[in-house]
Amino acid sequence: MLKQIEGSRAVAEAVALCRPDVICAYPISPQTHIVEGLGEMVKAGAIAPCEFINVESEFAAMSVAIGASAAGARSYTATASQGLLFMVEAVYNASGLGLPIVMTVANRAIGAPINIWNDHSDAVSQRDSGWLQLFAETNQEAADLHIQAFRIAEELSLPVMVCMDGFILTHAYERVDLPTQEMVDAFLPPYAPRQVLDPGEPVTIGTMVGPEAFTEVRYLAHEKQRQALELMPAVAAEFRAAFGRDSGGLVRGYRLDDAETVVIAMGSVLGTLKDTVDELRDAGVNIGVLGVVSFRPFPSAAVRAALQSVRRLVVLEKYFALGSGGVLAADVQMALGKNGGEIYSVIAGLGGRPITKKSLRGLLEMAVRDELVQLTFLDLDRTLVAKQLARERQTRRSGPAAESILRDVHGTMARNEGKKS
Amino acid sequence: MSFQPVKFYQTGTFTVGNRLLAPEQRSVQAATSRRNSLNSGHRACQGCGEALGARYAIDAAMEATGNRMVVVNATGCLEVFSTPYPETSWQIPWIHSLFGNAPAVATGVAAALKVKRLKGLLGDVRVVAQGGDGGTTDIGFGCLSGMFERNDDVFYICYDNGGYMNTGVQRSSATPPAARTATTEAVGPTPGHAFGQGKFVPAIAMAHDIPYVATATVADLRDLEYKVRKAMTFRGARYLHILVPCPLGWGAASKDTLRIARLAKETGVFPVFEAESGELTGSSKIRHVLPVEEYLRPQKRFAHLFGPKPDVAAIARLQALANRNIRKYRLLDEEAL
Amino acid sequence: MDKPFAITLDPGSSLANRTGSWRTERPVYVDRLPPCNNACPAGEDIQGWLYHAESGDYEAAWRHLTRDNPFPAIMGRVCYHSCETACNRGRLDEAVGINAVERFLGDEAIRRGWQFAKPETETGKHVLIVGAGPAGMSAAYHLRRSGHRVTVHEAGPLLGGMMRFGIPKYRLPRDVLDAEMRRVIDMGVEVVLNSKVGNLLATMQDGRFDAAFLAVGAHIGKRASIPAGTVARILDAVSVLRSMEGEEKPLLGRRVVVYGGGNTAIDVARTARRMGAEPIIVYRRTRDKMPAHDLEVEEALQEGVMIKWLSTIRQAGESSITVEKMVLDESGFPQPTGEFETLEADSVVLALGQDVDLGLLDGVPGLEFVDGVVKVDGQMMTGHPGVFAGGDMVPTDRNITVGVGHGKKAARHIDAWLRGTTYVAPPKHPLATFERLNTWYYSDAPQTVRPVLDIIRRQSTFEEVQGGLDETNALFEARRCLSCGNCFECDNCYGVCPDNAVIKLGPGQRFEINYDYCKGCGLCAAECPCGAIDMVPEDG
Repeated sequence: MLKQIEGSRAVAEAVALCRPDVICAYPISPQTHIVEGLGEMVKAGAIAPCEFINVESEFAAMSVAIGASAAGARSYTATASQGLLFMVEAVYNASGLGLPIVMTVANRAIGAPINIWNDHSDAVSQRDSGWLQLFAETNQEAADLHIQAFRIAEELSLPVMVCMDGFILTHAYERVDLPTQEMVDAFLPPYAPRQVLDPGEPVTIGTMVGPEAFTEVRYLAHEKQRQALELMPAVAAEFRAAFGRDSGGLVRGYRLDDAETVVIAMGSVLGTLKDTVDELRDAGVNIGVLGVVSFRPFPSAAVRAALQSVRRLVVLEKYFALGSGGVLAADVQMALGKNGGEIYSVIAGLGGRPITKKSLRGLLEMAVRDELVQLTFLDLDRTLVAKQLARERQTRRSGPAAESILRDVHGTMARNEGKKS
Repeated sequence: MSFQPVKFYQTGTFTVGNRLLAPEQRSVQAATSRRNSLNSGHRACQGCGEALGARYAIDAAMEATGNRMVVVNATGCLEVFSTPYPETSWQIPWIHSLFGNAPAVATGVAAALKVKRLKGLLGDVRVVAQGGDGGTTDIGFGCLSGMFERNDDVFYICYDNGGYMNTGVQRSSATPPAARTATTEAVGPTPGHAFGQGKFVPAIAMAHDIPYVATATVADLRDLEYKVRKAMTFRGARYLHILVPCPLGWGAASKDTLRIARLAKETGVFPVFEAESGELTGSSKIRHVLPVEEYLRPQKRFAHLFGPKPDVAAIARLQALANRNIRKYRLLDEEAL
Repeated sequence: MDKPFAITLDPGSSLANRTGSWRTERPVYVDRLPPCNNACPAGEDIQGWLYHAESGDYEAAWRHLTRDNPFPAIMGRVCYHSCETACNRGRLDEAVGINAVERFLGDEAIRRGWQFAKPETETGKHVLIVGAGPAGMSAAYHLRRSGHRVTVHEAGPLLGGMMRFGIPKYRLPRDVLDAEMRRVIDMGVEVVLNSKVGNLLATMQDGRFDAAFLAVGAHIGKRASIPAGTVARILDAVSVLRSMEGEEKPLLGRRVVVYGGGNTAIDVARTARRMGAEPIIVYRRTRDKMPAHDLEVEEALQEGVMIKWLSTIRQAGESSITVEKMVLDESGFPQPTGEFETLEADSVVLALGQDVDLGLLDGVPGLEFVDGVVKVDGQMMTGHPGVFAGGDMVPTDRNITVGVGHGKKAARHIDAWLRGTTYVAPPKHPLATFERLNTWYYSDAPQTVRPVLDIIRRQSTFEEVQGGLDETNALFEARRCLSCGNCFECDNCYGVCPDNAVIKLGPGQRFEINYDYCKGCGLCAAECPCGAIDMVPEDG
């Protein structure tokens, strides 16, 4: 059924269609509307039986989900940013124990400085947590991915993080086609846990494992991720057959035919990128886009297959590893090995900085001319950072960089205001 | 008084069992059919109070629930010594997640079991969570308070041995004043743990107005079992705080575990009581009140108080704390006064 | 369940980890000798019979008791219960009232008519017993139990010896005495009353006895050389007490002076009091040095008997005596002071001990005597093979319980001797000392007070002074037993083991240590209430 609906609401309704048993929630922007919606539905009896638990922290949220999942309940929670970091210990634990929890991450930057706006630093920081991490391009895909996520999680006994860009998606009203309960029920069977806390068949879950078996445990967990790479396209295909839409899978190409240059990205920026690529194609540039849906496991083979004859790659990501560079870029480079073409790593959209078509077009045109440096920060105010760096060279104790920069930003704004008037 | 000891050793008293008692009056621990929820082969130190307390409590809970329960365990000695791969000592459905989240995991288990019950997939299955004092009063305290505040249907048991024993005897918020730990060494002008720090979580649990809060020691099995049984008659959040001496951390002989726990109660150092909905409803009376020295002396962690120049001031402060417990929790039989 | 590798395990699998290898000391169950048993002159297994009484199985208790002592109703009245003095519970609150429970069992047996079983087989041996006192009748009982034919020759007209002629009625009612004597006779013991054995060897030969046990007692009152006028009335205590059993009661007068400090002195004084006299005991030392049982001294004082401490009689006149005050020297012996005092006295009763009438041993070869009594070896045999002796006629403490004990001991050796073997007593366990107990586990429960006859009746009648326990308080009293040194299956070891390494074997079967898992922490031993577990170092 088509609805003009807020992204958060669409996700909430999609989750509700998955018949969750236990939902635990702790509020953090921009995730709040999702759990508010679910809370309301549980309280109204629209999801029943279901326990909606207002926990005291994200750490508790994930812990409640762990307990619920281990006891055989389909468990869901949502978080973002600091919240995700606050629950990290439990995030790793959930995957280590092999518990098929589904969690929405309404992607948001991590402080300090505190910032409520979108980038991918929260989710990407958890790239090694053992969770499957799926990135939604649109609200439609966000909704669809949740339905697939429960299916994948429960088949593999692994937790799945569905990542959607905070505000850009969560707070955007768009047309979303939400399936009927019958369709979802047909697609998603009731949860049959692989292991469960059951007085009828007692087990010990969560042992201490020493050097004698830890490597094997980790290897098997890695193998599980490989199995996910096989399962996810199958589930996406099944989903397409049942719901008539392309959602999920590992990667999704756009105008890759005879593309010499390909931009790789995750999440909602793919929409802007596609528009930009359309314009460039119109201008005769052989360029395409590769959207990565499954960030973890990283679909190296699928990426390789999609980029066979590509000369150069621009990996655009809303996160980077401080002191190293693009994380997705590194993964892509690893996937392609020696045979890959030139790879340009571009960091964009940090802390909610808009990624405009204009900037993208300029960036890609430079890329096509091979004028990009290895690591580019899109729309970086070079004057500002240069000034701060100079100040720091002068005085060791120049104060917190963020505040200094803010002073400069405001100074600049004030000057601009002055110019205007 | 919460538990009336029957007179004469042959008909009740303080022993575990008794050939002359009717079977239903005997302790769970006296039965050959007892569950041994924590089985032999665990790697607890010799004379471990926590291993004993855990078997007492969990066996009693198993008995009270007809073996229909699930246990959630915080990280700590109990978890480590009971479940090193490839062996587990537990004979019950048991899960360990993290150090600081046992109450929340238990909430999740309880929620799941409730939904399964509502779906008709499962009968009534109860949830017990347990952890040491570090996992309960420090790192797990947020989750504990949250679980209390929501009044989730979880029975939480804290095994208090007054420190982080698993990591090598460091100070916790349950470490008593003056006690030596690896992070409150017996050196300097005020050796041992500081006075005026730490917290008594049973009182904080009471402040949450949860249905049932109780304390017990591993030395009084019948009282402990009574409290577990009673706790299982309530729905909602319940808390039992059990004093379990640690021979290693306290520097005491392994055979003295129960003696020291008894002395903690008899000196008033550790008040044994129960409370319902935030109100004190009963105290286990001290039989023969003793000075705190009796409790302190057998423990090396207090040895610095008894050197060539005994620290009379510190001992007096500890005595004052015990006296306060005696007044506050009415630990002396009024008739006997 | 499709369990994830290593993370999820099957329950209870730690049994594969044998933690017993950590051990440096091992707990071992032991049995120790309870102090009551150790102190009992009759060798009763007090703890053993209390154990049955605790369960309310009084007949089993009585049968257990009478394996060693056939006279619980008598013992429960006249025994000075050194068991209670030794009782560890005395250091906790008050000793267990063993004597009271024993009496309860004895009375219960009489009331219910419990009988001793007759021997199943007869040995064909015939034993002569001379004297139907505590030692003689005890030996008769034990020998009969072993299947021997037993004939008792008693010089007097009634059974009981000193139990009848030395113990006043107010302490031992005669129906009780008769009942317990009768029960022994009913086993098939032959008794010949009024039959004084004048020549032992002749009697043995005539009766074709295979062995003899002599227990004639000591009832010739010792005399002291008191300068006395012809008119002074001086009697001996044994005669006075004996004549109380006859038709003619002794004439003592109003002011009766009893000279001596033993239990017999007290018995005579209390008897005199009941006959309306005003007795005064003259004793040369102080109360704490007095050989009489303090409880009896106390009762005598309550009844109005006066005691003149630190005094000796120097002269006895027609109606008065002269006493000299004494002082104790550094070694505790009384020394004269030269201070004299006169007391009114209608009679003087000497209670200075008794001598043995050894006439029947004239001409028996091989015998040795010391201080007027017969020497016996460790098997109670005199220097003449086949002739055994016990009770007051051998070197010993003189009281009923010792006599009963001699009877048992002699019977064992006679039995062995008749079978051509030697009886070797099983080795005694080490003592169960108070320090080995963990008294925390015993509730506070002071001794049950037996009802005591009110003072007016005690001063005027010969009714029994001490009442008995009823069933409720006998049970209470029995259950105060701490079971020192011997497992009573309290389940403490089973309960307190942090490693579940104690195996409970079921009722009456006690426990076993599972050394596969026992880490040797010692908690079971420390928490054993009765000290029945030792920690023993592991070898190497």
